[in-house]
Amino acid sequence: MSKIKSIKTPLDDRVCRGLRAGDRVLLSGEVFTGRDVAHRRLYEAILRCEKLPIPIRGETLFYAAPTPAGPGRVIGSMGPTTSSRMDPYTPKLLEMGLKGMIGKGRRSAEVIGAIRKHGAVYFGAIGGAAALMAQCVRRVEVAAYGDLGPEAILRLAVEDLPLVVINDMNGGDLYEKALKRFSKKKQFFK
Amino acid sequence: MSSLRKVSCRTIRDTVEKLFLSASTDLGKDVFGALKKAASAEKSGLGRFALDRIVENARVARKEGLPICQDTGMAVLFLEVGQNVVVTGGNLRDAVQEGVRRAYRKGRLRKSICDPISRANTGDNTPAVIHTEIVPGSRIRIAAMPKGGGSENMSSVTMLLPAAGVEGIRKLIVDRVREAGPNPCPPTIVGVGIGGTMEQAAILAKKALLRPLGEKNRRDRRLAKLEIETLREINRLGIGPQGYGGRTTSLAVHVEMMPCHIASLPVAVNIQCHAARHKEAVI
Repeated sequence: MSKIKSIKTPLDDRVCRGLRAGDRVLLSGEVFTGRDVAHRRLYEAILRCEKLPIPIRGETLFYAAPTPAGPGRVIGSMGPTTSSRMDPYTPKLLEMGLKGMIGKGRRSAEVIGAIRKHGAVYFGAIGGAAALMAQCVRRVEVAAYGDLGPEAILRLAVEDLPLVVINDMNGGDLYEKALKRFSKKKQFFK
Repeated sequence: MSSLRKVSCRTIRDTVEKLFLSASTDLGKDVFGALKKAASAEKSGLGRFALDRIVENARVARKEGLPICQDTGMAVLFLEVGQNVVVTGGNLRDAVQEGVRRAYRKGRLRKSICDPISRANTGDNTPAVIHTEIVPGSRIRIAAMPKGGGSENMSSVTMLLPAAGVEGIRKLIVDRVREAGPNPCPPTIVGVGIGGTMEQAAILAKKALLRPLGEKNRRDRRLAKLEIETLREINRLGIGPQGYGGRTTSLAVHVEMMPCHIASLPVAVNIQCHAARHKEAVI
């Protein structure tokens, strides 16, 4: 396994170029959360040529909606949701300069193509390790769409968020690599 | 005739609340043990990394009283109500919904339930899905299961041709897990319901997920064999923890079955993520 890379947001071309599918990284800096309805709203605002409530260029989106924070905490539990639901909206955001995405699960061919074309990176966060992951969050504020409750866009300051590169800008795909390496061809039954 | 036993709505409500609070933060010993065992056996470096984090997460969640996963699910309940029970002080359904409402508010669990078309959040994680069965006796058994959306999305019911037979069922189970790939947060638990009607197969599959891990089907040796064989095949797919590669794609396959129509072979596959949360109580 390669050594763990520490990287900071906002991500740039140089950082993205150096990342390979399967790399473990610790990510620090600001990221925005955004999931289903927030993506639809951003996308529709783009189509209407409206000003967006958050910056996109150079930014990183974390597909997540945390649980409410308890007393004395900045956040509850937080981890990734399935990224593929954001696929219909993502190529447009990548075209507008989105650099990083954090989620779990496979992306569409369109998203993978747009990651290569625009020079971005898709990270996997460990789904269901949410109590632990929340410990990496230092600050939380509502950035947009507060009316969406748990689905609002939050601006998070994170420190050493443990991630794995799934899709890199060179076309590398960890999920494909993993299957090639670990699947056993012999079938027990037809 | 046996005498009737009174159970108050308040007791039911408080029990439901307690079960969801506990299920969300305290992973069952069976699942925790299986994850630990899988972590020590996993050969894939990234797979091991994922499992170690998942095990550590369960520890932190229990210690800090934090939800294991931010997706605290749709509240699913199985109620077995003894026919000699009289529910007092209100109605059973409202008591259960109120227990869910209180648990999600008090436990600061995420409210994840919305209108399917407008996508507007209901605000209190109700309504819960309640499966009620009237059984002999004078007790109420309640199983509470916060079910996450990611793994539920990878689940399905298929009406196979009867000619497909047990080979067709095996192939379907393994194919579903293969197609789901990294999406349902592996290592998963695979609940399978065979037979009945379309909706009954789905309910059997969900109920199969409540069985303690490591326990095979005791009623039917054919099913116990099917569980072992499909699990072996699934863990040769290479998907691994979180899809990062490895031998731990599923922790168990649980199969339940009942007779079906001579024209049908319904098979439901209900996938459960590694955060397999459920608690039971008997009133």
